[in-house]
Amino acid sequence: MNLILDIAWTHVRSRVRQTGFAVAGVATGVGFSIMMASLMHGSQNDFTERLINTLPHITVTDERRKPPPQPAEQLFASAEIHGLTPEARRPGIKNPLATMAALESWLPGGIAPSVKVQAIIRYANHDVSTTVTGIDPRREASVSELPKQMRGATLNALYRATNAIVLGDRLSDKIGARIGANITLQTSQGARITAQVVGFFHTGVRQQDESSAYVLTKTGQILAQQTGLINELRIRLPNALESREVAARVERDTGYKSVSWEEAYEDLLSTFIIRNIIMYAVVGAILLVASFGTYNIISTITHEKARDIAIMKSLGLSEFTVRSIFVVEALIIGFAGALVGFVLGYLLCRALGTVRITNPFLDSDRLPLTYTYVHYALAGLVALASSIAAGYQPARKAARVHPVEIIRGAT
Amino acid sequence: MSAAPQRQGPAATMPLIEARKVTRILPGIVPTMLVQGIDLTVGENEFVAITGPSGSGKSSLLYLLGLLDLPTTGEVLIRGRATAHMDEEERAFTRLSMLGFVFQFHFLLPEFTVLDNVTWPMRALGRYPAGAMKTRASELLGVLGLGDHMNKRPDQLSGGQRQRVAVARALANEPAIILADEPTGSLDSRASEQVFEVLRDIVEKQGKTVVAVTHDLGLAERMDRHIELLDGRIVGDEQHQINAVT
Repeated sequence: MNLILDIAWTHVRSRVRQTGFAVAGVATGVGFSIMMASLMHGSQNDFTERLINTLPHITVTDERRKPPPQPAEQLFASAEIHGLTPEARRPGIKNPLATMAALESWLPGGIAPSVKVQAIIRYANHDVSTTVTGIDPRREASVSELPKQMRGATLNALYRATNAIVLGDRLSDKIGARIGANITLQTSQGARITAQVVGFFHTGVRQQDESSAYVLTKTGQILAQQTGLINELRIRLPNALESREVAARVERDTGYKSVSWEEAYEDLLSTFIIRNIIMYAVVGAILLVASFGTYNIISTITHEKARDIAIMKSLGLSEFTVRSIFVVEALIIGFAGALVGFVLGYLLCRALGTVRITNPFLDSDRLPLTYTYVHYALAGLVALASSIAAGYQPARKAARVHPVEIIRGAT
Repeated sequence: MSAAPQRQGPAATMPLIEARKVTRILPGIVPTMLVQGIDLTVGENEFVAITGPSGSGKSSLLYLLGLLDLPTTGEVLIRGRATAHMDEEERAFTRLSMLGFVFQFHFLLPEFTVLDNVTWPMRALGRYPAGAMKTRASELLGVLGLGDHMNKRPDQLSGGQRQRVAVARALANEPAIILADEPTGSLDSRASEQVFEVLRDIVEKQGKTVVAVTHDLGLAERMDRHIELLDGRIVGDEQHQINAVT
């Protein structure tokens, strides 16, 4: 065994209790860091997954990112014109089938047309503002998880009745509608139809479940009072994380506003960054506190070993070698602590995974946890780095000991 | 252990250690003069005693000769090589490779076995292959009468045995010179005699040089050369008759 490692190992091994406490400190830090990272990451992944599953990855609407220039502005570029009413355009995506065909030629995922209308649902003295989306059930599976999120019926139930509708489960609870109930839908343009509830869905996103409903495309067009209207194309990609780039290309190709799920929930996702900063700060603090234990043990050893250090230096060990001995001791503690911490962290995660919880915002009654080697690697690296940092100062001090002073003191 | 060489007598060749006008002053509110204006030459195969009353600068001189301390003025040369310009690493390497130290207390590493205590300077220097280190340490311990104690820890040995282990450790890297600071100071008379005989054998049978600080004038008289210090100055440097090994 290398001399430095041999001496370092002998030092830490001969102080079982002190070393044990220092290792336990690091292990606790690493274990709880892993547990916390797993929980935070798990809840974040769970939430993101639900967002991705609930929403189309990209939504192309009939809006433009910038309002089109008015004819007067085009004619008189140098003039400043006030008080013009913007040119009214017919709502909807122009020639939607051709647009879809063009996109399908290169898009890796699925695409489905829909009609989105704002309406008020009236039932049993309840008036609830709702987003009604007219869809093609046969295409829906290619762009959303809605078919899997149905409760009480399949999505094909929309074909069973004239003006059939499926409601979000929270919405149906709110108005008290059950399957077979006839509800009234009314828009701000004055359209009014009666629709029969044929099923419910549950996405897990409260906002969606409380204020969304689905009808057939045809019914949506009746509500919008525009035959053949398609005002939204919904796209689903094999890899949801590519949606931002694909959305930009779709927008370039079609000219219509194309919003990825990341853009739609940008504010929410940005809170994850803050959450992560908080998480890493807390994890760092835990490991920092653990490193005080390492500092303590290395300081104690260097203090106790002052005479040995002096004799080793007087016989010819260099400052670098002496310093290395104590840094290696800190590393041994950090390494052992990290290994024990990995086991502790895993067990804590397992234990946490068995805790039964009731949360209205979660579908599962278990805490969402993510198991990834990244948490272990990160906690281990931080533990080793903080151990080295904790051991370096006393090691440096020990290496600078003047052997004559110690030898004279001892004699 | 090598065969006993023919003794050459003091300073027969280039000096091993040379002190030129060495002065050491401890800084402080009241600076303390440890040694002043020391001129000293120690050659090969000498057995030198440094004596003097407490505070006369014996140990300070030894530490200066052993590069454990730096002179305030003057210089120390090892085998004719000036050491003043050496950095800490170089001085450490010189100590490890060319000098051996024995102190009043054994200063053995308590967690290590006797064998480990003797091999670690060799491991630090890296001059010998792993197998050869163990063999050499075993031989050294065998010659010093510790062959049966190699796997014991220092706390399982008597004071004299520990000091002999310290001598074996000092010899591990085959240094040309052993610097001993009161090597018998903490031992009873029987153990003192054993250690003294070991040191004498090192000079007579191995051809090394031993410079030993001692309070024991009886021992000093039995060495080849007796340097006497008083108030940091050499006040006597007496050559005794060499007991040549034939």
